[in-house]
Amino acid sequence: MLDRLRFPQPWLSLILFVTWQFLSEGISGASVVMGLLLAWAIPQITEGFWPEKPAFVKARRLPMYLAVLLWDIVVASISVAKLILSPRQPKPIFVCYPLQLEHPLAISILASTISLTPGTVSADVSDDQRILLIHTLDAESSEEVIDAIHKRYEKPLMEMFQ
Amino acid sequence: MSLFSEYLISGLLLIGGAFTLIGALGLARLPDFFTRLHGPTKATTLGVGAIMLSSVIYFSSTDQGLGISEILITVFLFLTAPVSANMLAKAAMHLGVRTTDSTEGNPWEQ
Repeated sequence: MLDRLRFPQPWLSLILFVTWQFLSEGISGASVVMGLLLAWAIPQITEGFWPEKPAFVKARRLPMYLAVLLWDIVVASISVAKLILSPRQPKPIFVCYPLQLEHPLAISILASTISLTPGTVSADVSDDQRILLIHTLDAESSEEVIDAIHKRYEKPLMEMFQ
Repeated sequence: MSLFSEYLISGLLLIGGAFTLIGALGLARLPDFFTRLHGPTKATTLGVGAIMLSSVIYFSSTDQGLGISEILITVFLFLTAPVSANMLAKAAMHLGVRTTDSTEGNPWEQ
């Protein structure tokens, strides 16, 4: 009986609990009980979707990463807006990005990051998870895109997930 | 509500509205499916972000408690927008949607 009361993914449970407190208007006894119940039940139900447990080694680098990402979203949104308003045609490229990350969660974070920054959408990942197909709206060359993504996003992620 | 926060909220609302409008214009102006994907999924991220921020400031400055739910809306939006863009791109590649002639490289099929 007691071994059912475990939290297989403590971080996920914590995030769920905190999110529930934010969603319910003010912290009360009821919201704490409900939050604990959800923090226990949801990881149990979704356990099958995580064949490999995600492992953050250096989670303290995450705030810095998010700050860089937020800034890039602002800068890149402005450049996409400029392109849309200017009369010239964009130069789209399909870029095959060689992945150095190996962890599936790290790859999906990188892919989401690429999609969030305007001007690039990650379209697909190859079956062996070595190549990410990215569609860029307007770029000079694919090397430039690969270089920028590697420096800004993949390197910090590699440091986080080693 | 102070004059300063009123200006701040109006400014953010204008920025948000402008970016949302530009995202919609991109949908009409850009040449093919894949480039159109960029307009609404992205310029809108900043647009919605600015509108949410103005909402947070409004409710915080009128003493109705800090607008945490707006921040959550933004977080959920930022989590789901890349997934939907990815699904659309994948579906388009699967159907073999044509790209504009100026596109370099090809979508693959697996």
